[in-house]
Amino acid sequence: MTNPSNSAATSVAIALAGSGGAGIMTAGNMLLEAAASAGYYALMTRSSGPQIRGGEAAAMLRIATHPVECMPAGFDLLAAVDWENVHRFGAEIPLGAGGLVLGDEAEGAPPAVFTASGAAIAALPLAAIARGIPGGRPNMVLLGLVGALLGLPEDAMHEAVSRTLGKRPAALEPSLAALAAGRSAAGSLQPFTPLAPPPGSAAGRWLITGNEAAGLGALQGGVRFVAAYPITPATEMLEWLSPSLESVGGVLVQAEDELASINMAIGASYGGVPSLTATSGPGLALMLESLGLAVASETPIVVVDIMRVGPSTGIPTKSEQGDLDIALHGLHGDAPHLVLAPNGVGDALATTQWAVTLAESLQCPAIVLSDQFLGQARAVIDRPAAGASPAARDVAAAAAEGDAPYRRYALTDSGISPMAIPGTAGVTYTADGLEHGERGTPSSQFTDHAAQLDKRLRKLADHDYGERWADLEGEGDLAVITFGSCTGPLREALALAYERGLAVRLVSLRLLAPAQPARLAAALAGVRKALVLEQNHSGQLLRHLKSSFDLPVPLASLRKPGGQQFNAAEILRHVVEWSAA
Amino acid sequence: MIDMTLTPAHYKSDVKPVWCPGCGDFGVLNALAKALAKLALRPEDVAVVSGIGCSSRIPAYTSAYGFHGVHGRALAVGTGLKVARPDLTVVVTGGDGDGYSIGGNHFLHACRRNVDLTYIVMDNRVYGMTKGQPSPTTEADWTSKLMPQGTGLGEIKPMAIALAAGANFIARGFTGDPNGLADLIVSAVEHPGFSFVEVLSPCVTFRPEQREWKKMVRGHALAPAADSVEAATRIFADDGMNLGVLYAGTRRPFAPPIGRAQRTPTDLERRFAL
Repeated sequence: MTNPSNSAATSVAIALAGSGGAGIMTAGNMLLEAAASAGYYALMTRSSGPQIRGGEAAAMLRIATHPVECMPAGFDLLAAVDWENVHRFGAEIPLGAGGLVLGDEAEGAPPAVFTASGAAIAALPLAAIARGIPGGRPNMVLLGLVGALLGLPEDAMHEAVSRTLGKRPAALEPSLAALAAGRSAAGSLQPFTPLAPPPGSAAGRWLITGNEAAGLGALQGGVRFVAAYPITPATEMLEWLSPSLESVGGVLVQAEDELASINMAIGASYGGVPSLTATSGPGLALMLESLGLAVASETPIVVVDIMRVGPSTGIPTKSEQGDLDIALHGLHGDAPHLVLAPNGVGDALATTQWAVTLAESLQCPAIVLSDQFLGQARAVIDRPAAGASPAARDVAAAAAEGDAPYRRYALTDSGISPMAIPGTAGVTYTADGLEHGERGTPSSQFTDHAAQLDKRLRKLADHDYGERWADLEGEGDLAVITFGSCTGPLREALALAYERGLAVRLVSLRLLAPAQPARLAAALAGVRKALVLEQNHSGQLLRHLKSSFDLPVPLASLRKPGGQQFNAAEILRHVVEWSAA
Repeated sequence: MIDMTLTPAHYKSDVKPVWCPGCGDFGVLNALAKALAKLALRPEDVAVVSGIGCSSRIPAYTSAYGFHGVHGRALAVGTGLKVARPDLTVVVTGGDGDGYSIGGNHFLHACRRNVDLTYIVMDNRVYGMTKGQPSPTTEADWTSKLMPQGTGLGEIKPMAIALAAGANFIARGFTGDPNGLADLIVSAVEHPGFSFVEVLSPCVTFRPEQREWKKMVRGHALAPAADSVEAATRIFADDGMNLGVLYAGTRRPFAPPIGRAQRTPTDLERRFAL
């Protein structure tokens, strides 16, 4: 929209901001819902100050005529009810040169960090307008104004507000009045390029967060037991799962810590119920010993890690792909397990579901690496395609007296041995984290250790993971390899590159462990060099590719630490430079 | 499922225990087998869960389902198992180091959560598997290679902690009295909610002086207190040698419903559809 000569924009980025308690998130969600029901694609992320409550808040939205998976390099509109501490979002809300900064005239000039780009400034008496409406609030005036600037239909705005406040008539009437007042006030502003008409109706689309999608994927995969300890930014996934699990006949237990979470999940899974825990980096670190237990005892379990900035407490509210190392290599001993990563909000559903299916069928732990961006982003997406088939564990049948003794850890060709579920007669056994023989009896003999290591490796190495291991897009003799939330901006960057005549392949790895070197090498056939894109400081994916893949192409690295997502323009710039180098 | 033909021998496996001759834990294995026979539970309907330590080897010595996990987390495994499978009888076992040191937090919260399971702690006041270090119940002046001057720390009172944290059934038994211990385990399993049985289980190797316990214990010295206040008064005056049931409460067990589906996951998709 930044080009004023265009009569309509196919993508607009808006930030709503203000101090805590001003209702910024409420307004942001209403704007998102209005855009969604009007037939647009949209994405909303949020940021807030370090205070738990009452800090400055920003809702960042991108509304477009096509699916969007990332924020652009520059925002078109920053609209704030006040400027208290809002300057702290300077790095997160870069204004384009054609952008507009809109505030309350009583609040004074906007922070210079937003206007330095040359963005236009406009001010209206938001609070004064709100005061003229009994019970009216500035955030609703601002919402009406922004909706009008964008050209969103009045009925869609009205409906979004009504849906949120419908159960509170005392708040609804003044909010609708403030919304209308804001809409009227928009006429006094300079022209703002509105959105192009929507690409069809909203029917068939979903509005969902990555955390909700992961939770739904877990249930679709068959998970019926979750134990977890609250942690940002995984908590919302748990809060969605708690009532949802109950409604599908499952249960969520709030554990006393992450050590308990994972062991409760292991206990439930041992009992035959597909189980999961969700956490973030600090919790994953605590769970590592017990992940090894799940490997050794061959107990299926899924751990969803909504990655945040580390190490230690880091920045709990911001995204980073910094847990790849620990997810791949954090277990002691030789402990083959699964590591998967969703690469979009909607894909969190399919990937989590796949993780459950794989863990159940391979009788091992699966770590799902989502992140704060994917988890907390709320997006309009096309209805996700059907996921992997539901979990199917190879279960041992009851045995009668006189049958050969049950061998829980039998050395089968596939490495998978039927697992007895408590309650089944004749096949009782003790699952063990101690090395053991085929019957599960503890053994300190080399031969048993080597045989069980081979078995546990074989079942993962020999499995056919099908086509889901990666998303492969595009053609050309260049490729960018990435995973997780870097995929969205990369996809957009490579589309722009293609428009400029530069064809680059996209490889987004969904299955990070066990590594699939042959598949990746095949995917890179004809590629002369590859760029590895990731969001962490040290290049964890790059190291993984170098150590576990032995690829036939030279690798370069594009990375930056968490705290600020990559955008497409930034990636495009690097890809263009790298392609010419 | 009740089967009256089961004898204690049905509850033992063919795996030979690693325990030293004379270890108190043999008495717990015998008492557990007797108790399960008395309860007439089929072995496949019982799960014995443990962590790490000499006593934590017990699951494999039973013919029930067993889970031998990592150090300190047995109560968490048992909790998940019982919540997911309320039809099973879950017995969590372990030692004083596993339960009160590395697993101390889970002990507090298992008492508080009150899931319907039985926790048997074989207390020998020493880490035996690592060859003789002091545990949270070891006397302050007991010397060892690791703590040559003794820990200088007072020992904790697990039964008092269990009481304060909300355990619904609290008892103490002795391995030298396998019949009495079996009766306590039967009562513990039958009592709804979290049942804690502290068992004095001598370590003849690293604490040979504990052989004297058989002369020191007082059978049937504890009777269930009328309420937790009375139980607290008794347990703080207790010298650790009184056997019996200290407390049997009426708190409702934690048993969230499972398996009662009103919807399918596909139904849940509708809330996201535009």
